[in-house]
Amino acid sequence: MNKQNSPLVQIKDLNKSYRRGNQIIPVLDNIVLDIDEGDFLALMGPSGSGKSTLLNLIAGLDQVDGGSIKIGGVEITSLSESELAEWRASHVGFIFQFYNLIPVLTALENVELPLLLRGLTRKERREHSALALELVSLQDRMDHYPRQLSGGQQQRVAIARAVVTDPTILVADEPTGDLDRTSAEEVLQLMARLSGDLVKTIIMVTHDPRAAKKARSMRYLDKGVLTDAPEISFTECL
Amino acid sequence: MLLKLVLRNAFRHRLRSLLTVLGMCVAILAFALLRTVIGAWYAGVEASSANRLVIRNSISLVFPLPLSYRDKIRQIDGVKTVSYGNWFGGYYIDRKNFFANFSVDPESYLSLYPEYLLPDNQKTAFYRDRKSCVVGRKLARRFGWKVGDTITLTGTIFPGKWDFVLRGIYQGRDDTVDENQFFLHWDYINETLKKTVPRRADQVGFYVIGIAAPELAAKTAEAIDRTFKNSRAETLTETEKAFQLSFVSMSETILTAIRLVSFVVIVIILVVVANTMVMSVRERAGEYAVFKTLGFGSFYLSGLILGESLLITGLGGALGIVLTFPAAKTFAAAVGNWFPVFKVEALTLYLAVAAALMVGIVAAVIPIWRVASVRVVEGLGRIG
Ligand SMILES: Nc1ncnc2c1ncn2[C@@H]1O[C@H](COP(=O)(O)OP(=O)(O)OP(=O)(O)O)[C@@H](O)[C@H]1O
Ligand SMILES: [Mg+2]
Repeated sequence: MNKQNSPLVQIKDLNKSYRRGNQIIPVLDNIVLDIDEGDFLALMGPSGSGKSTLLNLIAGLDQVDGGSIKIGGVEITSLSESELAEWRASHVGFIFQFYNLIPVLTALENVELPLLLRGLTRKERREHSALALELVSLQDRMDHYPRQLSGGQQQRVAIARAVVTDPTILVADEPTGDLDRTSAEEVLQLMARLSGDLVKTIIMVTHDPRAAKKARSMRYLDKGVLTDAPEISFTECL
Repeated sequence: MLLKLVLRNAFRHRLRSLLTVLGMCVAILAFALLRTVIGAWYAGVEASSANRLVIRNSISLVFPLPLSYRDKIRQIDGVKTVSYGNWFGGYYIDRKNFFANFSVDPESYLSLYPEYLLPDNQKTAFYRDRKSCVVGRKLARRFGWKVGDTITLTGTIFPGKWDFVLRGIYQGRDDTVDENQFFLHWDYINETLKKTVPRRADQVGFYVIGIAAPELAAKTAEAIDRTFKNSRAETLTETEKAFQLSFVSMSETILTAIRLVSFVVIVIILVVVANTMVMSVRERAGEYAVFKTLGFGSFYLSGLILGESLLITGLGGALGIVLTFPAAKTFAAAVGNWFPVFKVEALTLYLAVAAALMVGIVAAVIPIWRVASVRVVEGLGRIG
């Protein structure tokens, strides 16, 4: 992780629209966004403004219509479907609103999952996963299945799964959206620590101003246009 | 770990999986049993020797041939041994106790059928005593007969009660040999007929000919039939195999129907398993999307789905195959008298395994295709 002068994520003139029947719905309109390494960026905005769409594009889950996304020097818009999958496996950690753990796998096995694509030995995988679970303070829940864990604990397992491969960026779509206040607090604290202590680059979509406050920087998306956070709406939410 | 995942996925819905496994098991069992029935039908054909020809009356099997043909047949080129016999058609105690019983010329007949293994002392005892008989091992076991017992058969074609002393019990050289037959002396019957119904004496139902080599079959058969052309009773000579086949072909339509049903059973279970797989995979669409998000390619996802499908069909199939043996045994006990040889053939097992594999693979195709074609974002959308 050597410090670079240029931003880790460089987005230029990004456009994305969806087609519904013969109607074209523009979702993202000429987005320009730079994210520095180690930043913890909160992306806010009303429902339907295109936050998830933008996040999915950055994470290499969807194809752009136009523009460029450069992450760690790689132009991901020019990667093929399978190259993109490979790139995701080694560069992106995912945290979802509904945790999305595999219910038939234990906490440890869930964390181990992304390491299967890494050509590690079984022992190495176990060690890495155990370490990641320790990071989220769940080392004593390794053998629990998701249904035996609370929402907050499940989300922490999901975070362990996201960081276990030591990805370039972490993307989180409303990670506290389904959690009560205390659990949300824990999860946010954890993410802040990941960004602070471990210098992880995090991009988080959220509706929750409390969550946004934990972030280092904040951007606001409205009807597909990206702006700096307007003070008014931010305080309004509080 | 992925194997573990396959295993756990397969039994996530325990009841559903168990029912599917059970269905698969029953289907494979039915398939194997139906195939075994077909095999049993052809057993006589399989067991027939290429070195034997059967001569019968060209009109029909129920018309006899004169015994006087014997010496003429002997002189024909290619003929090595001549034996003859009659369908005796007797029953033991009750008409329902069906088994095949033939009056034959003992020495020549047994020399033509080396696959009936009989100790030498029993053989000579049989030859020496005109009122004796030999029976197959299974038949003896069925009625509890022991060597030395006197067995009374009631004749249907040759009326009256006939006593035979059991002089020997033969064993098949391998399990394709029919061990449910009863052989008695043609002479014994013939002598009685001479006294009672002389016009029916000196007649045989069939000749069995031993030839030197299978290649001679066609030529020899033709020569025999030519010899008796335009005589009192014209002959039809064919290989034992063709002779046995003429029995089977009578029921060819039924066999075709059974064969068809055995395939229909497989198609039905295919639809059932495919449906289970489609349901399971649809329920887990979100999970597969997570796998894709994490960078797992179609290769892994196909493996997961195919593995699960194969696990279910494999389990059911294996269970079905294992159960085929006791089921076939029970079935044979119930109808064994009609099927002298009722055994599960290796080919049947291979076919059953192939069918189970095929069902497993084909049932996975639709869900694999669905999962592969769903885009990650849409897949995630179902849960997000
Ligand atoms: N696959 C799709 N096909 C068509 N339209 C879509 C698709 N995905 C999203 N959209 C549309 O794009 C717009 C932006 O969606 P997006 O999910 O990015 O919003 P969001 O800001 O994340 O909203 P929320 O806060 O409710 O999650 C919405 O109008 C949505 O209807
Ligand atoms: Mg969203």
